[in-house]
Amino acid sequence: MTNPSSGPFALWVYLSQTPLLWLTLTLLVYAAADAVSAATDRHPLANPVLHSVWLIGVILLVTRTPYPEYFNGAQFVHFLLGPATVALAVPLYENREVVLSAVVPMAVAVLVGGVTAIVSIVVLAQLAGLPTNVVLALAPKSVTAGVAMGISESLGADPSITAVCVMLTGIMGAIIVTPLMNRLRITDFRARGFAAGLAAHGIGTARAFQVDTVAGVFAGVAMSLNALVTSLIVPLAVTLLMR
Amino acid sequence: MIASVGLILLCQLLGEIVVRSVGAPIPGPVVGLIVLLALLQGRDRIGLLRRGPLGDGGVERAAGGMLAHLSLLFVPAGVGVVQHLDLVASHGIAIFVILALSAVVTLVATAAAFLITSRLLDRRRGTSS
Repeated sequence: MTNPSSGPFALWVYLSQTPLLWLTLTLLVYAAADAVSAATDRHPLANPVLHSVWLIGVILLVTRTPYPEYFNGAQFVHFLLGPATVALAVPLYENREVVLSAVVPMAVAVLVGGVTAIVSIVVLAQLAGLPTNVVLALAPKSVTAGVAMGISESLGADPSITAVCVMLTGIMGAIIVTPLMNRLRITDFRARGFAAGLAAHGIGTARAFQVDTVAGVFAGVAMSLNALVTSLIVPLAVTLLMR
Repeated sequence: MIASVGLILLCQLLGEIVVRSVGAPIPGPVVGLIVLLALLQGRDRIGLLRRGPLGDGGVERAAGGMLAHLSLLFVPAGVGVVQHLDLVASHGIAIFVILALSAVVTLVATAAAFLITSRLLDRRRGTSS
């Protein structure tokens, strides 16, 4: 007879409740996904966020681990998002001359891009016949999750739908941007990076840094500026476009 | 290393305090970014700031380390979101298609606006000089 308080099952019960197991899993899965991405010369489809997320998702599903238990360990990684945003100041400072010489193009691009992101999704969602509360939840999908959820809440939409759409947008944008820009023969890394950060927030910025430092810097600026522009424009755009 | 990470956290903390007390619609870390940028600019002019992590390249190394694996930091939140894909899928596959279309349109519009403005400016500078 096996004693339920010992043996592999008890070990599993113990480990699955400590932060150690899920933190280790997060780091190892990411390290593997990143190694594949590096081995394929940073191919867009080998996006490390995409593959880490689904792999860990499947592992949690198979082991029937509730997300809060996983997050208990993974939160140490999640916490670093804030400091990493602050850290963007360093490459921004190191490339300040390139950035300062492009203030006007950036201002125009953030307005054009910010408005395009909102108008295109609201119009497309209405054409697709989605219910009003979903259309509202989609409107801020191009900005970073925290800000987008705040906007969605203020519109009376469901912030958890917004969170899913923000993540999907980020991953899709990060995958699409390189082949799209190559196809359009846009070689200016300032423009490519700015577009990635504006349309696909932090995940687009992470992608841009993989490709080129200047692209990463412009992506970081675009992400920050768009958070501001979108929170100001969404309420207005929604009143004008919704019927 | 410790002082550099501490400085970055301090900037974020100041950012959070500012955002919370003013009720600004931007994330605290973005204000923290501006604070750190101001410190980096400031140390070029004020010798007093040129010490510790701001003087020995420490903050540059710490920031480089954090940014080298920016993708990793989105994984925990991403996993949570993937578990709620049903929330979106219940509204049909159309949502995935329109998100992709909107991403393409936004990427093109942003890059085009940037390039057109930058070329117009270059041309004007070219003719005026």
